[in-house]
Amino acid sequence: MSAVEKATPLDTRLGALEIPAGSFAAKARRAALDRLTAMGLPGRRDEYWRWTRADALSAADPVPAAPFVTDEVPVFDGLDRLKIVFRDGVFDAAASDPFALEGIEITRLAEAPELGWAAGFYGSLEEAGQTPVKRPFAALNTAAATDGVLIRVTGRPSKPVNLIYIHESDVSDPILHHCVKLEPGAELTLLENGPAGARFNKVLEVEVAEGARFHHVRAQGRDHERRAVTHIFARVAERGLFKSFTLTVNGVLTRNECVITLAGDDAVAHVAGAALGDGAHADFHHDDTVFITHDALNGESRQVFKKVLKHGAIGVFQGKILVKPGAQKTDGYQISQALLMDDDSQFLGKPELEIYADDVKCSHGSTTGALDETALFYLRSRGVPVEEAKALLVLSFLADAIDEIEDAALKDEIVARLEAWLARHRG
Amino acid sequence: MLEIKNLHVKLEEQDKVILKGVNLTVETGKVHAIMGPNGSGKSTLSYVLSGRDGYEVTDGSALLDGEELLEMEPEARAAAGLFLAFQYPVEIPGVGNMTFLRTAVNAQRKARGQEELSAGEFLKVVREKAKTLKIDAEMLKRPVNVGFSGGEKKRNEILQMAMLEPTMCILDETDSGLDVDAMRLVADGVNALRDGKRSFLVITHYQRLLDHIKPDVVHIMADGRIIQTGGPELALVVEQNGYAEILKAHGIAEAV
Repeated sequence: MSAVEKATPLDTRLGALEIPAGSFAAKARRAALDRLTAMGLPGRRDEYWRWTRADALSAADPVPAAPFVTDEVPVFDGLDRLKIVFRDGVFDAAASDPFALEGIEITRLAEAPELGWAAGFYGSLEEAGQTPVKRPFAALNTAAATDGVLIRVTGRPSKPVNLIYIHESDVSDPILHHCVKLEPGAELTLLENGPAGARFNKVLEVEVAEGARFHHVRAQGRDHERRAVTHIFARVAERGLFKSFTLTVNGVLTRNECVITLAGDDAVAHVAGAALGDGAHADFHHDDTVFITHDALNGESRQVFKKVLKHGAIGVFQGKILVKPGAQKTDGYQISQALLMDDDSQFLGKPELEIYADDVKCSHGSTTGALDETALFYLRSRGVPVEEAKALLVLSFLADAIDEIEDAALKDEIVARLEAWLARHRG
Repeated sequence: MLEIKNLHVKLEEQDKVILKGVNLTVETGKVHAIMGPNGSGKSTLSYVLSGRDGYEVTDGSALLDGEELLEMEPEARAAAGLFLAFQYPVEIPGVGNMTFLRTAVNAQRKARGQEELSAGEFLKVVREKAKTLKIDAEMLKRPVNVGFSGGEKKRNEILQMAMLEPTMCILDETDSGLDVDAMRLVADGVNALRDGKRSFLVITHYQRLLDHIKPDVVHIMADGRIIQTGGPELALVVEQNGYAEILKAHGIAEAV
């Protein structure tokens, strides 16, 4: 493919965008635009996009997507948290809580004319994450994000911050960019939920300083028709901890990328995901692409990704552990598993290890299988009806991923979502 | 009462006939034992009665208190009062033993039109029953059978039996893999459930389990049929002489 051909979809895409003006991050936005122009949008032959078609993400306009209407209580509603609400990507002050919480400073991207700590931070982890693999949608996001939150954590806030993304318009196309900086010893739990729009592009940059702890739990919303491309870029310093769990149910197209560098000794990074898709309602294509770099001593990383696929649903996992020279005593673990509920569904997995240190422990595994008939019979022989038995076995399959959520109340919220989904998708 | 009449069963996927006309009646409150060499069809009988996939019933019937079991789903058989203690209890990671037990108990209560037990009520009953089987609280919290020893798995089966209160219990080689102490514990658990109304079908290779769970009737199964029926003394004959003579007397080649 020639450069000229490749530039055309990008021109179209950029033509439909309005790059926000203003001083804050203007330089970072320009640099991101230059990066994006140099790399172009992913083409069909792009190896990194081999199993996921980027067309709908690249197109100038989103494919219209209807919100999923339900009377179910939204996830995390029962928890005490600081709510920040975006409606189709637009900040909703009335629905949000005041940005006042001890140990934390919160500013909106759209309202930050000059913000010392964030000025040099915005886009920096995204930029670093463009090597060795290009991530054009993240560069596009840095260039064109209309809003987001800039969070600096100096202490241990008493409750989680919850970013809530409401989807109302069939044609909304939000681009949000969040920056989180945890100062040494600080701790934050960040919750995210909701589909956000017909097409959602989101970047989350997280800097975890020495001894700081970051917990992230996200539920991507139940809309069947939505599309999303999201990136998490994280850098974890000495003794820092980064833990992220994502629940995805439904969605025509979801690409979740996670790029983490363990930059300081004794850093820990866990990233987990549970995705459930039922092609009977709408297409389901879910792609988890993870890149973890060990660049310090004695780092620990875990990737635990599980997918439950039925009626033609497609799951993709591309996960890599890169151990740089000198990153001795690295402990890297990666597992990706798919539970295929029928013969129509498909799982594509590419686990990768690249190791340049000689005293490391790295393992990876990838499995695809059906429900265990013996276990199903065992449960039924105890009087558990077949659909309930299947649901229990699905939860059993997902347990390793869910167990990555440390907080019991959050875990219960996620399990309740899973149970509700399983109850809706019987047969 | 369980009445099995002329039961013929083949494997679904292959043209292999396993049960060739089993006739057996277990009266209410009685303990029947089935002994027999490997491959005689003992475990198949237990699976077919409890509704496992992979078998095709070509003839015959199995009535539990007058209801045809063979037409029911496995969960309906359980609700009707049937229980199978597995030879190899299944491990279910990620599902707590307690959750599993409560789900099962309440599913059966629901199927029978009874009110579900509250968490508190359930906990009280399960703790009490677990105690007599020497199952500690830790074992109740762990995922179903995961990391359990052979003895713990079998005791867990008996705990399920005690919680579900079936009328007809089938024990499929419950003694396999158990040392003497574990076997006694399991047998005590079973004996505690003998109340004159509950029936048992104890499947075993060896007589020793029957020292602890005293049967009323002993059947010898071979080549897919019950070939001999007698009192507890029949088990002793097998113990002393092996199966060879009995098989020979019935013109059956010894199983490999």
